[in-house]
Amino acid sequence: MNKIFEKGGKLYWLHSTIDAFETFLHVPGTVARKGAHIRDAVDIKRIMIIAVIAAAPAALFGMWNVGYQHALATGISWNVFQAFWFGFLKVLPLFVVSYLVGLAIEFASAQIRGEEVNEGYLVSGFFIPLIVPVDTPLWMLAIAVAFAVIFGKEVFGGTGMNIINPAILTRAFLFFSYPNNMSGSQCWIEAGEKVVDGFSGATPLALAADGFDALANAGVQYSTSFWTMFWGGIPGSVGETSVIAILLGAIILLWTKVASWKVMLSSVLGAVFVGGIANLSGASDIPFWYHLVMGGFAFGTVFMATDPVTSAQTETGKWIYGFLIGAICVIIRIFNPGYAEGMMLAIFLGNIFAPLIDHCVVNAHIKAKNRKQYEY
Amino acid sequence: MSETIVLKKGLNIPISGVAEKRLSKTVNSDIVAVQPANFKALLPRLLVKEGDSVLAGSPVLQDKKNPDIIISSPVSGVVKEIVRGEKRKLLAVLIQRDVEQKSVDFGVKKVEALSADEIKAAILGSGLWPFLVQRPYGIIANPQAEPKAIFVSAIATAPLAADPDFAFATEVNAIQTGISAVAKLSKGGVHLSLDACVKNSPLERLNGVTKHYFKGKYPKGCLGVQISHISPIRKDEIVWTITLQGLAAIGKLFSKGVCDMSRKVAVSGPMAIEPSYISCVPGTAISSLKPFYGSNAEEIRFVSGDVMCGKNVGEQGYLGFADNTITLIKEGTEKELLGWARPFRFKQFSSDHTYFNWCLGWLTPKRTFDMDTNLHGGPRAFVMSDGYYAHYLPMDIYPLYLVKACLAGNIEKMEQFGIYEVLPEDLAVCEFADPSKNNIQDIIAQGIDLMLKEMA
Repeated sequence: MNKIFEKGGKLYWLHSTIDAFETFLHVPGTVARKGAHIRDAVDIKRIMIIAVIAAAPAALFGMWNVGYQHALATGISWNVFQAFWFGFLKVLPLFVVSYLVGLAIEFASAQIRGEEVNEGYLVSGFFIPLIVPVDTPLWMLAIAVAFAVIFGKEVFGGTGMNIINPAILTRAFLFFSYPNNMSGSQCWIEAGEKVVDGFSGATPLALAADGFDALANAGVQYSTSFWTMFWGGIPGSVGETSVIAILLGAIILLWTKVASWKVMLSSVLGAVFVGGIANLSGASDIPFWYHLVMGGFAFGTVFMATDPVTSAQTETGKWIYGFLIGAICVIIRIFNPGYAEGMMLAIFLGNIFAPLIDHCVVNAHIKAKNRKQYEY
Repeated sequence: MSETIVLKKGLNIPISGVAEKRLSKTVNSDIVAVQPANFKALLPRLLVKEGDSVLAGSPVLQDKKNPDIIISSPVSGVVKEIVRGEKRKLLAVLIQRDVEQKSVDFGVKKVEALSADEIKAAILGSGLWPFLVQRPYGIIANPQAEPKAIFVSAIATAPLAADPDFAFATEVNAIQTGISAVAKLSKGGVHLSLDACVKNSPLERLNGVTKHYFKGKYPKGCLGVQISHISPIRKDEIVWTITLQGLAAIGKLFSKGVCDMSRKVAVSGPMAIEPSYISCVPGTAISSLKPFYGSNAEEIRFVSGDVMCGKNVGEQGYLGFADNTITLIKEGTEKELLGWARPFRFKQFSSDHTYFNWCLGWLTPKRTFDMDTNLHGGPRAFVMSDGYYAHYLPMDIYPLYLVKACLAGNIEKMEQFGIYEVLPEDLAVCEFADPSKNNIQDIIAQGIDLMLKEMA
């Protein structure tokens, strides 16, 4: 690195930024000073980039779907590329704002703390545009990102120290601060002035709040069948609609072991458990498997709940944590018609309870260990 | 055969440069060093001055806290220099070696006829006592204490570590005498860990010990891992550990009446020329091994001990008191263009699944890597969860919780999470695998230092 960026140099205030770009290009030539003299080739950059790659199918599909939903709503017929290009232009500003605001804060706080820039926001910044409605005003997104990064992460000490996933915090901030722009039937589809007959901007999840018949016979411009929701041709937040694209990401995350299969599986089990009880007891007539493909459940389970920093740390804890998230999500969906989507709050609560879950798991382990008898 | 303990967790690190099993030469370095830093928490008092003649076994240092503990010279010769660092801290006593070697005559003794106190006195007097290390904390054993048991590991799974079956094949009788002697110091007896995968090990002939067989990967050879499966150390318990080279030296003390610390040392590593074994004493100057590394010493890191938990001593350094491995690896100061972003990195080893080496490992299971000292990334806060680290550590503890308790300096939590059971070396495998590049061994060492300070 040039001397002017080092301590005492004129441009020292840019030190972390220059360092971040330099280490982005090269794996630095630093050597192990203490402890093990050899180290594994993996680093946080590698792990983070895998998470971004895993979310890429959902992002690409989401862009196309924005165009597709626009075409459905306005009655024009577009080919794949036209739909994608339309969506790309709509979604790109969300990415730009998310990264510009988030990374600026990240770089500044790294410089203040005198540390290297952490890669955590590369992932959060990629996820945030995927979990907001496409119509989110950019200034709102900017404020929400700034809030989440500063108060959700930097005040705790940066990536690795945060209690709540910054992407979820961004979403929650938007949801509670600007509810009119984040729910209802206005925000999900970039519709324009002229719409087709029977147009509805509501998501299947919102329709399902009135029961299964309301969902099945909604008569809206998109299909509300299970399979449509599975492949993703429905309105919703940008990246959350296609379960197929998300499953592709899940395969990458599990194959590379970046995310925990325990959290994913137990979250699904939790949703199936509560959804199944609701079906059996008659509390809800939405078949439980619908909950797995509607709304943000799949995206949240695969990409949000599995964040290694904010999820439960212990392996046993991960089972409880995942189950809790799946269960709370469906409970909120069924019993709280005020909020159509339960996944955001479920993960939020899961993040908050994760340290408590771990505390109980670790304490139980220590007690059991102290009781154990040994031959010698 | 006793029960075999199967360890499912762990990681074998395929580094190149394994020492060939032959004794290439005996190295008699001109200068031999006695280094207080080889002994944790030792407060040294100097017993010699420059120009004094010493024999092998003559006292050189004494522990101020426990004057019974002395550290003796491994060779006979003349004290050439007393090296001091900042604030006159004693760094080393350099001894110019005589051509003809003489040892203090301690007298041949029959171990069977001696009482525990007589054995203790004999070992203390010869300066071999510091081979006995107390756990928790890894300090020199307190002669006044009685340990729950004494543990010995005859397994070396650390990458490139000296193979005990070769290094001690000719020392079995001395080790046997050593075992008989130290067995009298503890009611719990001596526990010997053996590798279940090795057939016909000469060390299996040892008796008077409780044998435990371990199957698995690195770090199954770490005593902390073994003890945690045999009988974990709980609060207010102490155990002693001793290396095989320590037992051999104690054995020779009784059977021959001499202080002989010489041992077979593996000179290994990707930078070693014809890696093989040498015979030498602790304190041997690394620079006397020139034929093993040639002229490019600037590029090499000289590690006394194995590559996971040894000490970087440099070309001007000396072999540590308890070490029987010297590892030569390359200083990895080169930058790697877009290293982390490449889909494959065939020349690097990674056990993480984000690279594909782990499945290439099925195709070429015997492949080894010329690893260097590069960190392969920048230091970060811990991002991955506890399970990521626990996956490599075959112990019944939560490694990340322990590390964080040490970082926080929280004694109560450190106790709960198992600080008594570990020494830094036991968590070396977690440090190797850590994508956040934290110095986990150093963090644990600081935790242990804090415990020593608070518990004193």
